[in-house]
Formats: sequence, C-alpha cells, structure tokens
Amino acid sequence: MVSGLINANPVVYEKKERRVRSAPSDADEYAVESIDQQEVFDHIRDIKDPEHPYSLEELKVISEDAIEVDDHRSYVRVTFTPTVEHCTMATIIGLCLRVKLIRSLPSRYKVDIRVAPGTHSTEAAVNKQLNDKERVAAALENPNLLDMVDECLAPSYE
Amino acid sequence: MAVPSELAQHIESYVDTSRSPTQQATSLDAVISLVKNHLITIETLVREMEIYLTTTDNVIRARGTLLIAELLMNLVSKPLDNVTMHSLIGFFTDRLADWRALRGALVGCLALLRRKSNNGTVTASDAKAVAESYLRNIQVQSLGQHDRKLCYELLECLIERYPNEVASLGENLIYGICEAVDGEKDPYCLLRAFHIIEALVQLFPDPSGPLASYCGDISENLGLYFPIHFTHPNGEEADVKRDDLSRALMLAFASTPLFEPFTVPLFLEKLSSPLPLAKVDSLKYLSYCAPNYGADRMAKHAGAIWISLKNAISTSMLESAKSFTSQSLNGLGFEENEITTEAFMLLKTVLMQNSDLLSSLIMDDEDISTTFNNMTSYGSYSDIPLQGKQRLHVVGRILYITTKTNIACCNRFFESFFPRLMDILEISKRNSSGGCFLDENYSLANKFHFGAVYLCVELLSAYRDLIMESRVTATDSIHAKEACCCMLQRFSLSLINAFCSTLRTGCNKVSDDVDIYFRVKGLQILATFPEDLLPISGSIFENILRTFMSIILVDFNHILLWKLALRALVHIGTFIDTCSRSEKASSFMAIVVEKILSLVPFDESTLPFSLKLEAIFEIGTSRQSHMLKIIRGLEESVFASLSDVYVHGNLRSVDMAIQLLECFSNKIFPWIHGTGDLEEVLLRFAINVWNHVKSWTASDVQVQEKGLLDATMMATKLAVGSCSEESQNIIIQKAYSVLSSNTSLIVKESTTTSIPVHPEGLQLTRQTDKFSHKDECILLLFASIIIAARPKTHIPNVREILHLFIASFLKGYVSSAQALGSMINKLGLKSNGTEISSDCALEEAIYIIFNTKPWNSYNNSVSGQCEATSNGIEIGLSDLCVGYVNNRLLQVNAIVGLAWIGKGLLLRGHEKVKDVTMILLQCLLSDGSTGASKLKQSLLEKTCEQDLHPSVMKSAADAFHILMSDSDDCLNQKFHAIIRPLYKQRFFSTVMPILLSLVVKSDSSFSRYMLYRASALVILDAPLIVVVSEAKKITPILLEGLSVLSEDIVDKEKLYALLLVLSGILTDKNGQEAIMENAHIIINRLTDLISYPHKMLVRETAIQCLVPMSKLPYTMIYPMRTQVLQAISKALDDPRRAVRQEAVRCRQAWASIASRSPHF
Repeated sequence: MVSGLINANPVVYEKKERRVRSAPSDADEYAVESIDQQEVFDHIRDIKDPEHPYSLEELKVISEDAIEVDDHRSYVRVTFTPTVEHCTMATIIGLCLRVKLIRSLPSRYKVDIRVAPGTHSTEAAVNKQLNDKERVAAALENPNLLDMVDECLAPSYE
Repeated sequence: MAVPSELAQHIESYVDTSRSPTQQATSLDAVISLVKNHLITIETLVREMEIYLTTTDNVIRARGTLLIAELLMNLVSKPLDNVTMHSLIGFFTDRLADWRALRGALVGCLALLRRKSNNGTVTASDAKAVAESYLRNIQVQSLGQHDRKLCYELLECLIERYPNEVASLGENLIYGICEAVDGEKDPYCLLRAFHIIEALVQLFPDPSGPLASYCGDISENLGLYFPIHFTHPNGEEADVKRDDLSRALMLAFASTPLFEPFTVPLFLEKLSSPLPLAKVDSLKYLSYCAPNYGADRMAKHAGAIWISLKNAISTSMLESAKSFTSQSLNGLGFEENEITTEAFMLLKTVLMQNSDLLSSLIMDDEDISTTFNNMTSYGSYSDIPLQGKQRLHVVGRILYITTKTNIACCNRFFESFFPRLMDILEISKRNSSGGCFLDENYSLANKFHFGAVYLCVELLSAYRDLIMESRVTATDSIHAKEACCCMLQRFSLSLINAFCSTLRTGCNKVSDDVDIYFRVKGLQILATFPEDLLPISGSIFENILRTFMSIILVDFNHILLWKLALRALVHIGTFIDTCSRSEKASSFMAIVVEKILSLVPFDESTLPFSLKLEAIFEIGTSRQSHMLKIIRGLEESVFASLSDVYVHGNLRSVDMAIQLLECFSNKIFPWIHGTGDLEEVLLRFAINVWNHVKSWTASDVQVQEKGLLDATMMATKLAVGSCSEESQNIIIQKAYSVLSSNTSLIVKESTTTSIPVHPEGLQLTRQTDKFSHKDECILLLFASIIIAARPKTHIPNVREILHLFIASFLKGYVSSAQALGSMINKLGLKSNGTEISSDCALEEAIYIIFNTKPWNSYNNSVSGQCEATSNGIEIGLSDLCVGYVNNRLLQVNAIVGLAWIGKGLLLRGHEKVKDVTMILLQCLLSDGSTGASKLKQSLLEKTCEQDLHPSVMKSAADAFHILMSDSDDCLNQKFHAIIRPLYKQRFFSTVMPILLSLVVKSDSSFSRYMLYRASALVILDAPLIVVVSEAKKITPILLEGLSVLSEDIVDKEKLYALLLVLSGILTDKNGQEAIMENAHIIINRLTDLISYPHKMLVRETAIQCLVPMSKLPYTMIYPMRTQVLQAISKALDDPRRAVRQEAVRCRQAWASIASRSPHF
C-alpha cells in the first residue's frame, strides 16, 4: 500500500442546496413518484471519500448530471470522476457506490458503475473490476475492505 | 469562652488540606455559627489563629487567611466597629503582597469592601491603601483563572465604591488596569475586564486628563478581542454568552469619544473582512459608537464609512440574490440578511448625524450615478442582465433608506433624482388638469423604463413612509411647502396617468411580473398620499379606482396582477378610512364596493364566482362600513338564490348558493367574530333564515339537495354560535314559532309518539317513513340552532322538543341526535333551575330520553325474546339499542343517537354516561349470549334473526369513536359545550379495564373482533401520556386494533392515528417493557402495514416504527430479521419517495445487527 495520501490536497467544492421536493398532494393517495436522477443522487451524495473527511459531492467525484436512470427498464448508470488520474482509491469509491446503490434501490435494478472516460489512467481495468460481480463479491468478503466501505457509507444514512 | 478547644479543632480541620472538601465546609460552617451566635468575637478568633496566619508553611498560611476571609464573606450583615474594620482591612491589604496566600487576601478584601454602610465599612483611606497595594503587588495575568476573576471583581468593586480615592491614583491606576487586562482569555474574566474599562473611563472624563495618553493602549488591547469569537464549545461557558460579551465590549468601546481615532479605523478594517460575523459586529459597533463619539469626530470618517458601507451592502446583497428571479407578491424576493439590515441601520445613523456631508457623498458617488444612468435605460425587468438587476436593487434600497432618514435628506434626494427620473420616463411637468387626459396615448410600454419606475417607486414610498412615521410620532411635521412636496405635486398628475395607462388591459400581457408589481405599487402609493400634501382631484382618484377595478373584472387570468390590484384596492380602502374625506370615500363606495356587489347575482360576467367572492370579501375587510354594505348585499344574494332553489326549484342556483353560504361560514362570520361588535348582523342572518323557511315550506317544489341543506345548517350554526344569549333567545323564539306552526311535526310527535315497528315493514317503508322535505328542512335548521345555543339560552317547551328529536334521530337524522346531545350537555341541574318552574332540568331530560317507552310494538309475533320481556307493548331506547326490535336500521340509528347523547353527558362529566357505555358494551357482546353458531347463520343467510347484525355491532363499536373524538359539527368550544377538563383521560381509564376484561371473557370471535375495534377507537383519541402509562396492558389490544382497522379502506385515518399511538409508545421510556413483551407481534403487525396500499403515511410511519425495534436485545429480534428485511426490501420499490427513503434508513438499521454482505 502507498503510505501517505494519494491526493493530499483536493479541491473542495460547495455542496449543492438540498431541494425540497414537493410531494403529491394528500388528495391522491395512489400517485406514483418514480425513481429519478435526483433520488439516486440523494442516495450517494453523502458517501464519504475514503481519504478525506469530505463527501463525494463536495469533491465533485459525482454529480447529478452524471447519473442515468431508467425506472421502467430498472437501470442505473453512475459515472464518477476520480480527483486525480492515478487515484488508487477509484476502485474503493466505485465499490462504495455499488454497495450503497444495491442497498438503497429495489432489487429489480441493474447497477452500472463507470469511471468517466479519460479521467483515470487504468480506466478499463477499473471499469472491468467494478462491474464484475464475482470480483465485487470477493472484495466484500475481505473484512478490511468491508470495514472501509462501511465507514464511507455511514454518513449517507443520516 | 468555653469553646476554644472546639474552635481549635474546627480550625485545624479547615486548614488541613488532607481533609475532604465537605469536612472543610462543615468546619467552616461551625466557625461561622460560633461567631454569629456571639460565642466568640472576630478578634478572639484572629488571635486564636495567630500561628496559622504567621506560619512559614505556605499552605497552612493560605488556608488560615482563607478561613478568615470566608468567614467575613458569610458575615456581611454582622456589624463591625471601625477599629476591627481598620485592622482587618489592614491585614488583608498587607497580605496582597503574599502571592502564596493571595486567594484569602482577595476574598477578604472583597468581603470587607462590599459591606453595606450600616454595618461598618472600609474608610476611604483604607480603600486607597488596598488599591495601592493591589497595583503594587499583584500580577494579574500570572494568576489562575479563579484568582483572576477575584482580582477583577476587586478592581470593579473599588472603582464602583470609591471612585474618588481610586481616581486620585491617576496614571498608576490606568497603567495597572491596562496591564491586568492585557491578554485575558477567560470569558467571564473578560466580561469583568470590559466593565472595568468602561467604569475606568467614567473616572477620567477630562479629555486632556491622564487617560488621554493611554487611549491608544487601551483601545489596542480591546481591539484584540474584536470581533468576539468563541472557539470553545458552548457547553462549558454556558453562563457567559457571546452576545453578553460582545455587548460589554461594545459598551467599553463606546465609553469615550477619545477612542475614536483608534476604533473607527479598526471597525472599518474588520468590515472589509470576509467573515460575516466580523461584518455584522463592525456594523453594530459603528452604529452604537457613532452617536457617542459625536458628529464632529465621525465627520472625519464619513468618506471611509460610506465606501465600506456601500461595499458591504453590495456584496451581501449579491450573495443573497440567488432567489432574485422568484417573483412573489412581496416584490423582488430579496432576503435581507443580518449584514444588510445592520448596514442600513448604520447608514441611517450616520446620515442623521452628518446629513449634508453624507448625502453629498452619496449623490456624488460614481457607482450610484453609473448604475442610475445605465439601468434606467432598460425597458423591462427581464431585459436587464442579472448583475445589473442586483446593482439596481442595491441603489434602490440605498435611495430608500437615505430618503427616509429625515426631511432634509428627503428634499435633497428628491431634488437631485426625481426630475431626472421623470425625464427618463418622459413625463412632463403638466400642471393643468386639462393636460392630463392628453396623456391617454401614453401607453407605449417600452418608454416606461423599468429601472426608472423602480427607483421612482422607491423614492415615493420612502417619502410616504417618512410622512406617515412623522404623523405617528407627531414630531417635526412636514409642510406642503417642502421642496419634495412641490416637486411631487408638479408631476403627480402626469405620473398617475402614466401608471394608469400602462396598467390598462393589453399592456400587461407583454410585461414581466416585476414590472407589473412596481406599476401597481406606484399607483397605490400615489393614491394613498395624505390629502394635504398631495391633493388629488376626485376624477383622478376615480380614474385610479377604475383602473384597478378593470383589472379585477377582466384580468383574472393573470393571477399576480389580479392579486396585486386587489391588495392595492384594499390598501386604498383602508387608507380612506384614516383620512376621512367624504368625496373619496363615496367614490370608493360607488366604484368599488357597489360595482362588485352588483356583479354577484348575475353570472354573466366572465370573472369566476369563487374569485368574485374572494375579491368582495377582501375589499370588505378594508373598512367596517364597506363590510356591512357587502354583507347586506351578499345576504340578499344568498336568500335570493336559496329561494330560487327551494321555491322555484331552479337547481342551477344550487352551486352559487353553496358557495355563498361557505363564504359566510368560512370568511365573514369569523371576521365578525374577530371584530366582536357586529352581533346585529348575525342576528339578522339567523332571523332571515327563519323568515325564508316559511316561504320555502309553502312551496310545492321538492328539492333533494343534501349539500345545500348542510351548507345552510353550517352557516346558521356559526351565526347563532357567535351570538349573545339575548339574541339567541330571540332566534329560538322565532324558530320555535315556525316549528310549532308546522303541524305535521309537533302534533304527531308530542301526542302520540309511536313508530310502527314491523320486522320487515319498516325496511320496506323506509322512504315514506322519513319526514317530508319541508319538515326535514325545518327540523334540521332547528337542530342546528339548538346545537349552537349557549348553556343559559332559554329553550321553550323542552319536553316537546326532546320528544321531537328522539323521534327524529331514530329515523336517521344525525343532527337531531347531535342536538339532543347538546341539550343534555347544556341543560341546567335541578338545583339551579328553580327560576322557571316550567323548565325541564337535566335529570328530567335524561329520564325522558331513557325511560319513556313510546314505541308501541304493533306486531306481537316479533320473536320469542321480545315477547318474553316486553310482551309486545312498549320498548325503551336502551332496549331498542340492544335489539328487542328486529329492525337493523332502527337499531343502528338508536345506537348512533345514544352515542351523541352519551357524548353530551361525557363532556359535562355526568355519571349517566356509564349507563350509556354499558348499553353500548351490551350491544357489542350480545351475540355471545346467543352463541356463535347463530352469528354464522345470520352472516350466511343475511336474514334478520334476533342476534345483532354485524353492522349494528360495528356501529356500537364506532359509537366509542363518537364519544372520544372531537367533533366539528357540535359539542365543541365554538358551540359553547360544557367541557370538563381531562374528560378523555377519565373515560379512557374507566372504560379500558372493562373492555380488556371483556376481551378476555369473550368466547365469540366476532364479538372479540368488535371489542378490539371499540378499544382501538378509544385508544387513538386518548391523550398519549395516559396510554403510555398503561402501555403494558394496552399494547396487545392496540396491536389487534391495528389489524382490525387495516381491513377497511374507510378506516385509514383511524389506522394512522392508532399507528401514531404505537410509535408514541415505542419512543417513550415507559413503553419499553410493553414493547419487549410484544416484540414479535409488533414486528409482524408493522411488516404487514408496510404494504398497506391506501395511505402513504401509514407505510412511512410503520417503517419508522421498525427502526427503534432494531435496538431491542439481539437474541429477541434476530429470528425476525429476515422477515423484516424482506418486507423492507419490498418497500424500497414503493411508489412514494418518502417511503423509499425511510426504507433505506430502516434497512441499514436492521442490516447492521448481523451479516454485512451487500444484500444482507
């Protein structure tokens, strides 16, 4: 493992204001609110960066625009941007995103996690690793990794 | 003196540091009581303690000194002679030099210096000696926190009590204080230090005195603390708040003008810092200090202050300008934050101080003039770029504040800006009234530049606010000869015409909302200028009103414009009220009030009826005379449309009548209730209803309009409810005369109140057995009057009316039952009902209701049971409920009626309610007596056997809901019910044990089911605190209730209420035991409710309830884990977002109790 931080001094951006969503009026009990971009973003915006005490949103690793949702076809794709090209944390971040979405979305969903094209030196390898369910399962068998993931996810449940 | 040995012991124990603090405290108390009780004198004590006070052991010496000091602290009221005082203070003064035993010396000095004059005080020379010794010997900053605190208190005490002596120390003192305060960090000590500096300045008022040379040092010292900023968490220093400290510092800064050369630059420097706290504080301090430093001194800084202020206002307004685009009724939607508010305060303060200087600074300011020149050239609000909008707003606000400061500023700003604005708007100085109509063609909206209009409106409103403020405070009155006044008079006509023509229909569609807002506001301000300063001729005023009215009548699709126009009209109407000029008032009445009233009866105008009513009511609120006129007009329309329906059978008027009645119920009556002195209006309304009832019943038209009758009843109820007793008496007399003249109701009921009871017959003749429409109308209206009557109101012929209501509620008129309940609730007891002998007292009324058996059974072959008991002759109300007559409908009606009567009794706390409860319980149980097999039979065959039908039992269970819940229709505060406090608690605690025991005994499943339902209904309305205290017993039955209520969609609100009770128990500490016992069932129930389809809040709350369940002991809930997680993962796919969010949280809580795989 590398000692010291990979990106010692990341740029911290402002958090976006949390939009309060207008719920359908009480008159219609059976109104349907489908899962959309913003809802998925709300699930993952508070995930903590593995290195720094900032959320992924603050570091602009994820943004609302980089999420594609198709509720009818039960499909989500999250594209994230590591803070530096050689970031070895990219896989951890991707794993966190995957675990969080598996836990938060209905089981019918297929989750696709990708590194934004051109933002990582080993982009293809990372993408392959993140979307290989055997490797994901294996990673989560590793207690150290799992601890790390859980620590990152903790703030997103508050 | 028999106590020396004891004394020595106490002293020894106090001085010994190895003893515990409590031991030391008790020995101190013992010594104090010895001295207090005159067993020893202080002199003896001191002599006794000699070795402790003079020993070379530092610790013992310190303790010994402290003992004497603490003793003196506790003996402030004990008189001491001068010699003792002198020697004691001398001792402590000396001891101040002994830094190892300093605590005792400080406490002792404080104790002596603080003494009241009648018990012996320290002389002035001694005090001076203390001060000298203090300054010579103590290094405050080298001491611990508590000692520093004592030092400051001692200094403060010296300055306060011996100002002259201390002042004579001169520079020495000032230097000493500077040294003592330098570098202090503890909040409490700082608070004292700031006070000391404030007091110190008062000691040396001479500007050329010794203080002058130290001002720089002192303000530099103080400046280090500005702005006050706490780095510690608040918990520790709860006794000193930041605000206290900040205020103390402010007072210290403001204490002398000598600080000015040092502090003002400091504040200005901090004002430019990016820290919001620093900005707010600098502005606050500057506002506070400016008056204390004086105009001359502040004048030097005027330029710098203006520039800093301008920057602060611009930046803070830019930051808060995110919501700039949102257009609301309140203007541009800027939120003024604290910085801007404080900045404007300061601007106002400095303007008051140096009007000429600052106003010329502002007027010559480059930024302002650039913005002024650039921004006024844009046509519409939407054309201006965002930054420009913000700058414009800044300039507008600054102009408003400066203009509003005083009349001198107002004149200057008007002179320099107003003509330029008028030029931009191309408004000429036409003064002749003939010229104004030439401006008709001034409708070129693109000439009406937004920037100029906005600034113009800000100027005008500032001027108007200034006038209004000066009128209220009655200070410098403003004359019509002021420059700004003349200027406004010159332009007003053309300006009004310009506003009017741009607001005219056609121009509004193309304009932005913000443009419209300021046009309306401008016109409104011009119309409400005080008469003596801006005389507007009648025709112009009418023109304004017509412009607004045309908007009201035509432009209703443009909601913002419509609302603004309505609000402007209301403002104008209110304003006419204050300046009474009859001409304007009458033109308002004619053009606005009468015009809009004339529209009500006709549906030809395109304005929707609901908007019409809204506009009418709003205009009415402007003035009482308007409202009275409007009420009259509306009343005519109501009764006209009601008659149209009831007499002519014109069903098209139904909708309008209902809307009008609702307007009365929801708006007008509450408004009258608020004003409190328009009772005759209410009385007239109620009497009018009864005047018309006659004509309605006389007609042959049969109209079945439930909604209309309900609306009429509600309006009548509310009108009567707000009346006084005298008026109610009049109304009831009137109503009774109509009722009694209607032979079909009274004659039939009072003489032979008999209902033919056939097993099947009644059901077949159900329709015909109801009253005819007109009887129904009279009966229900009469019932609504009785419901709303006050307890003292006299009801004529109570017995007859009781019989009437009894008969009618059995036919299914719930209002009759409610009226009966209200009567029972409000009737006087026999003891105080002696005034009128013919009156019926409560006891008799109850007797009439329960014991008369007016129901003759025609058919003797009803059933065996019936025959056996009553022999087919007479049946009372209670028998009817329990089912001696085999008529389901009748039985249900009887139970509902009984419930309302019971509610009346329950509210007043009458014991008869027990009987009612018993009857209801009997209904719930009765199938148990005949056996479950019969129940099944009756359910299957749906025939009418003598067990109770399920619907009857259900209504008996629901009767408990009627008993416990608050009703809007009757028996509430609004309708003057007698309500005993805590009646819900009382009923809950009497009825719950019975229900619980019945559940245990009950052997029929259906009966138990109904008992659960009844219990659930009692629980959900009971106060939570009572339920929680009984949680252990209640929880199992509550859970059964949840499953019972979740079966029928109709009960969804009740289900939610009951679930909230459960969540209350879950979150309460007292409920934990009950939760543990029932954990399994609770989880089962909650997981079922997660998929309850009919109410989102039920699902959400069920999931929320599951979260605390996961905190229960691991072994208890582990077996439930899979079940819960499965249910929650379904909830992740819930149609509603709120439910899904809760589900994610709940899932995490449950997942973390075991394996941590991603799928759990």
